[in-house]
Amino acid sequence: MQKYSVFSLVKNAFKGHKDWEVAWKDPTPKSEYDVIIIGGGGHGLATAYYLAKEHNITKVAIIEKGWIGGGNVGRNTTIIRSNYMHDENGLFSEFGMDLWRNMSLDLNFNVMFSPRGIINLAHSDAQMNVYSRRGNSMRLNGIDAVLLNREEVRKIIPMADFSENVRFPIFGGLMQPSAGTARHDAVAWGYARQADSMGVDIIQNCEVTGFDVSNGKISGIRTSKGDIKAKKIGLCVAGSTNILAEKLNMTLPIETHLLQACVSEPIKPILDNVVTFGAGHFYCSQSDKGEMVMGGDLDGYNSYAQRGNLPTLQHVLTEGIAMFPFLSKLKMLRTWGGIMDMSMDGSPIIDKTHIEGLYLNCGWCYGGFKATPASGWTFAHTIAQDRPHKLNEGYSLNRFSTGHLIDEKGLGTKTWIS
Amino acid sequence: MLYIKCPHCGLRSQNEFSYGGDATVKRPELNKEVSDRDWDNFVYLRKSPIGKHLELWQHISGCRQWIKVERDTLTHEIFKTLKANEEV
Repeated sequence: MQKYSVFSLVKNAFKGHKDWEVAWKDPTPKSEYDVIIIGGGGHGLATAYYLAKEHNITKVAIIEKGWIGGGNVGRNTTIIRSNYMHDENGLFSEFGMDLWRNMSLDLNFNVMFSPRGIINLAHSDAQMNVYSRRGNSMRLNGIDAVLLNREEVRKIIPMADFSENVRFPIFGGLMQPSAGTARHDAVAWGYARQADSMGVDIIQNCEVTGFDVSNGKISGIRTSKGDIKAKKIGLCVAGSTNILAEKLNMTLPIETHLLQACVSEPIKPILDNVVTFGAGHFYCSQSDKGEMVMGGDLDGYNSYAQRGNLPTLQHVLTEGIAMFPFLSKLKMLRTWGGIMDMSMDGSPIIDKTHIEGLYLNCGWCYGGFKATPASGWTFAHTIAQDRPHKLNEGYSLNRFSTGHLIDEKGLGTKTWIS
Repeated sequence: MLYIKCPHCGLRSQNEFSYGGDATVKRPELNKEVSDRDWDNFVYLRKSPIGKHLELWQHISGCRQWIKVERDTLTHEIFKTLKANEEV
């Protein structure tokens, strides 16, 4: 594989950029692989990369219905964080933070990881108490957390609404300074390029139409490009998990919902951090191009449409304006929607299934992008070793029936409520 | 914008309604032994189909009645609305 560097850039510039190798090939599927990963999003590509890199399994195919990076990895708001209270979520995400910090070097691809810090605003004394508890839990797990009072928050984001007579005054906030953002497309492309160079076949425009299961064992898949055999198959299709589960006669603790995001017209740099509103569900950061990147609530009903309705956007942006009044002067540039696996406790599932050789990676709710490297790493381990890693033991499929839920937000099973 | 025809009040915008989830999920009968598996199915497991979905909505800013809505989860088209005690 051609290494990307300033020297290769200069060299190719002299040749008019005509000699760049393709970043990944477009192979026709072979009849058999050791492992098939269904879903060529961030998590699927990362899984294939870590299967090859950490476990030396390179006879791997990624089967993608559309094109790689066309789903949620290209539709998110690029936030990376590990500010969780529960051990399972905190340790898993913090392991991911280490992978994020090294990702550009590891993949020889600039993913523009920008650890700019995230601030969760608090709007009452009670919320400050909850945040101080969460911050302490984070620090016990080795995650950086700083509790900010009103004046400390004001120094960082003076443009927020600090007037006295607002419905939700800012009491303070919880900050994770090491959190940040990354360029989401580059993450998909970086993993794809490395996986391809180690022998992984990335097969795009190939829809999975069925599974070959007999005597409780999986032996292959049926696709729009023919049948493919494999003893191990990993499902990595957040957003479409319920569709494939139906083909496997499985019913999962997941509902599929629609989440929107939007960006404003680009403006000069004003916001250095990621900031979330504490009295509703709204978050905001500023892209390198200057756009304000914003998102919040689900549309709130089961949906597979990758586009949403305006009432939800209006609701979300009302919260945004309550937090940053200047947003009301901006025009929206783009809005878009993606489909989410909403699990019944808000936490993901990375586990084996009752079918031998079938592995499940799903249920990412709002937080799939930041989990990309840790999800790929642990899913690759689960597939290669046929058992979960300690980091994803808690993300089991049977935790709902055994009562070991990881309900970070305490929302229960009404996944559309935020 | 979704427009939902409340069987009690007529056609109204989605802003007046709140969602209540899959209407086909049935709570296990009261005063009978419930297996863990049946309870698990009722509380956590959802088919979440692509296409036709029968779901509950509450006309929260209107008559406050719960209603059933048959809606396409891919196109958001609404085929039918019913009172909560009516079957399709």
